[in-house]
Amino acid sequence: MTAAVFFGCAFIAFGPALALYIFTIATEPLRIILLIVGAFFWLVSLLLSSLVWFMATAITDNKDERVQKYLLIFGVLVSVLIQETFRFAYYKLLKKASEGLKSLNPDETAPSMQLLAYVSGLGFGIMSGVFSFVNTLSDSLGPGTVGIHGDPPQFFLNSAFMTLVVVLLHIFWGIVFFDGCEKKKWYTVLVVLLTHLLISALTFISPHYGLSLVLSYIIVVLMGIWAFFVSGGSCRSLKLCLLCQDKDFLLFNQRSR
Amino acid sequence: MLTFMASDSEEEVCDERTSLMSAESPTPRSCQEGRQGLEDGETAAQWRSQDSEEDYEDGPDRHVCGGVPGRPPGLEEELTLKYGAKHVIMLFVPVTLCMIVVVATIKSVRFYTEKNGQLIYTPFTEDTPSVGQRLLNSVLNTLIMISVIVVMTIFLVVLYKYRCYKFIHGWLIVSSLMLLFLFTYIYLGEVLKTYNVAMDYPTLFLTVWNFGAVGMVCIHWKGPLVLQQAYLIMISALMALVFIKYLPEWSAWVILGAISVYDLVAVLCPKGPLRMLVETAQERNEPIFPALIYSSAMVWTAGMAKLDPSSQGALQLPYDPEMEEDSYDSFGEPSYPEVFEPPLPGYPGEELEEEEERGVKLGLGDFIFYSVLVGKAAATGSGDWNATLACFVAILIGLCLTLLLLAVFKKALPALPISITFGLIFYFSTDNLVRPFMDTLASHQLYI
Repeated sequence: MTAAVFFGCAFIAFGPALALYIFTIATEPLRIILLIVGAFFWLVSLLLSSLVWFMATAITDNKDERVQKYLLIFGVLVSVLIQETFRFAYYKLLKKASEGLKSLNPDETAPSMQLLAYVSGLGFGIMSGVFSFVNTLSDSLGPGTVGIHGDPPQFFLNSAFMTLVVVLLHIFWGIVFFDGCEKKKWYTVLVVLLTHLLISALTFISPHYGLSLVLSYIIVVLMGIWAFFVSGGSCRSLKLCLLCQDKDFLLFNQRSR
Repeated sequence: MLTFMASDSEEEVCDERTSLMSAESPTPRSCQEGRQGLEDGETAAQWRSQDSEEDYEDGPDRHVCGGVPGRPPGLEEELTLKYGAKHVIMLFVPVTLCMIVVVATIKSVRFYTEKNGQLIYTPFTEDTPSVGQRLLNSVLNTLIMISVIVVMTIFLVVLYKYRCYKFIHGWLIVSSLMLLFLFTYIYLGEVLKTYNVAMDYPTLFLTVWNFGAVGMVCIHWKGPLVLQQAYLIMISALMALVFIKYLPEWSAWVILGAISVYDLVAVLCPKGPLRMLVETAQERNEPIFPALIYSSAMVWTAGMAKLDPSSQGALQLPYDPEMEEDSYDSFGEPSYPEVFEPPLPGYPGEELEEEEERGVKLGLGDFIFYSVLVGKAAATGSGDWNATLACFVAILIGLCLTLLLLAVFKKALPALPISITFGLIFYFSTDNLVRPFMDTLASHQLYI
């Protein structure tokens, strides 16, 4: 507890998202707006899934622990489905609006679908991460001892790392999903949905942090590689970038100065 | 209400449109030529009345706006849209800052969440045993509050119609004095108490005096734009905090709903007080009177150096916080667009408008009510941040949509209804549906 845990967990969970926001989104007004619209779409999807869960619990009206747990699992699965549906809806909206966006900035190039995919994924991810973690974070500021009743003491750390997983995954899912929709490769949509369900299912084995976290990060890395190749990256370009030999990138930077 | 400014010269006529105003109003041309013909009086009036008619007819191709006379209409329209995203962000930033200040204060300073009596405008108590009685009391409170607002707005319109400018200015100055000194003193006292920091009276006096005096100068006279904006944000936050403290629970929510309906009616109906105010000011071809409007106008560039110094004062639009304080009395202010400007002498319009940037104006009443919504969400949630965040996103989206509607309809639009509606929907649904779901998930460490 105390400030150390608070700041540590906050930066673990939201550091990369904050860096991505500052360096890629904050400079362009249109991207900020699209980010917030993406966050809004995720919020609406959460609202609908909470409604479904609430109605399910109200209808069954059973105080039994196991029934509640099953209802919760049902709620989680429905929520994943609704989130992906809203991602698709956001894709459709952006597709329709892309002509409008072109007219918005006639002198500058219209944002490409890949950029929109990235921004929407980041919006979804930030909102999802924040909603999952911010209450836990604010509790970590107060006094207390974690795990005093035999629960695992790494509760906050696990939550922070899991939140980071969620944020990164939403970005990668967004990129892959939009690309799949653009090229009509519907199997990518299915894979995104399945990995999302898998990640949520991994969190069901809750106290066994090692297993769930390691598996989640493996999935993050794999999705990241897939998104990298989908957005046009290649081994060669990665090598050039890391060795600072990417002439286009360097020239571009020179020009902008 | 939101107002777009395409140029300082067109502000006079633009501002009188009390809400969202697209920069595509014809005013720049009319203002420019009208100004040159100011000596001719009549031509100016002709131009303006002509253009005002055109405005209401809303034909973009007829409007050469954006402040550069030579450009073809099509390009102007694109330019307006081009500036759209930037304007939205120029409003996002101050609204977000205001909300952050309010939420930070609510979460840390206990004073603003303690019940310590009510305003005389909400006389019915909510400490009643039955739900029905409580609901009835809150509705009655709302009716009283809204009628006070309507009465004060009509009073203001009447004063303006009968040209009692001195009275209005005096009223506004007294209100801003109270806000900048008294409320700041109370706020500072409570913050110091919360953090248990001691401050001696001489230091306190010096701090509050400097803060208040600079604020008065910045707001009513001249000052750097950023400082002016900062003061307006701070006053809005202070006002919102007062409302959060003194409005009882249910009354606050009902008042928020009612005031957005009132805003809609007052701006869009032909007989609405704000619309009448605007039209009167337009007929007289003068800026209305000092009011609370946040302006995000960019400061003029070097081209303005050619202007005579007396017109420089007009650039820093002096705002009056009075309207806000009088929000106890007059709430129509959410939609006041009026901006005080000394009439500008004829100046070289060409260089000016080429250098100018477009700005957006939003009434401080809108800031206040957005912050009241988010602050109430922060105050009532039991340590729950989800409702606050949901309201925040909802308000920003509402603002976005309102600005989009502005770009589409190109006429005055109220800024409250959409945002407040979204905010209310999201607050109640997050508090009742999402919170139990997310809490249960978090306690089992499940992620969706």
